[in-house]
Amino acid sequence: MSKTIMKVVVCAVLAAELGWAAVSKTDVFTHAPSTGPVEVKIDNYNFTPGEITVKAGTTVTWVNHDDVPHTVKSEEGAFKSKAMDTDDKFSFTFDKPGVYEYYCSVHPRMTGKVVVK
Amino acid sequence: MGDFIKENLNPDGVDRRGFLKCMAWAGTGTLCLMQGGVLKSIALSDMASRGLAAAKGELAFVQISDSHIGFDKPANPDVIATLDVAIAKINALGMQPEFVLHTGDLTHLSKPSEFDTLDQKLKSIHTGEIHYVPGEHDVLNDDGAQYRERYGKGTKGQGWYSFDQKGVHFIGLVNVMNLKAGGLGTLDKDQLEWMEEDVKHLKSSTPIVVFAHIPLWSVYPEWGWGTDDGAQALGYLKRFGSVSVLNGHIHQVMQKVEGNVTFHTAMSTAFPQPEPGKAPSPGPMKVPADKLRTLLGVTDVSFVRGKQTLAVVDSTLAV
Repeated sequence: MSKTIMKVVVCAVLAAELGWAAVSKTDVFTHAPSTGPVEVKIDNYNFTPGEITVKAGTTVTWVNHDDVPHTVKSEEGAFKSKAMDTDDKFSFTFDKPGVYEYYCSVHPRMTGKVVVK
Repeated sequence: MGDFIKENLNPDGVDRRGFLKCMAWAGTGTLCLMQGGVLKSIALSDMASRGLAAAKGELAFVQISDSHIGFDKPANPDVIATLDVAIAKINALGMQPEFVLHTGDLTHLSKPSEFDTLDQKLKSIHTGEIHYVPGEHDVLNDDGAQYRERYGKGTKGQGWYSFDQKGVHFIGLVNVMNLKAGGLGTLDKDQLEWMEEDVKHLKSSTPIVVFAHIPLWSVYPEWGWGTDDGAQALGYLKRFGSVSVLNGHIHQVMQKVEGNVTFHTAMSTAFPQPEPGKAPSPGPMKVPADKLRTLLGVTDVSFVRGKQTLAVVDSTLAV
């Protein structure tokens, strides 16, 4: 194996490890049940983080950072925001455990999930 | 006349085959036309020489779209001024279009004051009538009740309708309501059933124009630019020799020809959006002030009887 190829392989392995590390970190962050208020950002037509796990009683606040209006609507009808313009917020307190899938009713490709434990 | 022309596309309207695709990005000054199954591009600058005579058809109408009254962000802090320019362009055509189609997103936030402003502005267009379909920005928070109260008189269901003008059958569809998680634009069963019935009595030689806000064809599903059950709607139109589909929503010009169907999207009068996949999201595209008006525009459409064809010409708001 030539030196160049060796370098490429080493880089690829390193990148893969770094990538894996990054994913694991996000995983821990988004899945660790939290008790304090939690914020979900709406940026570039995405909910970030797209999935969160919280304890029952947690209030989640969505903040729209885009130049276009978005909504937050539960698929099962548990909650539904009005259209949020830029910098508008919407909060909902999750009292009951369960899995709450939601989406933006204006741009339905935008989906997210709140897991309440 | 500058960048305005009416062009006859295709003498037969039936034997176009295969798949031809054209993307004319707004502001590039290129127009794409089908002629006898062959794609033809014409630079807007070449059209001045063709003059008004070429523009004479039996039916000429104008499409405007995505005015987003109420939007005030840096991509275009003055959407009323650019709408004014679009209206001035229409009034300077040298002939009065039969009617104007507004293919939705009249407003940015569905506020009554935004609708009022738009109505006030559009009154100054020299034309017979204005026909509308709603965009998703026009039905926020009330499932379109306000939109239908203002623009939906005589329409069916959530605001769909059809009308005939000089032998051409026009169908206005609503594909921005009851959107489902993870999905695209949707027409739903009731509207599809109505449409199937609506075209049943028509002769196959009747030219059809379908207009709706979100593209009925799959432009870029990753950004929601398509309609889940659009193919079913188009299925009802297979027997017709000439079908044209006009949409807005994506704030740029795209054209595609597939069989007997010509697809076309229009520019916005408010702000441009990026090319599919060329940005992290389809959000408003910020461009230098001196470039903005080259990315906004008006679409002129003319129909020539006997040729079974529609010509679609886009002009930007730049002088």
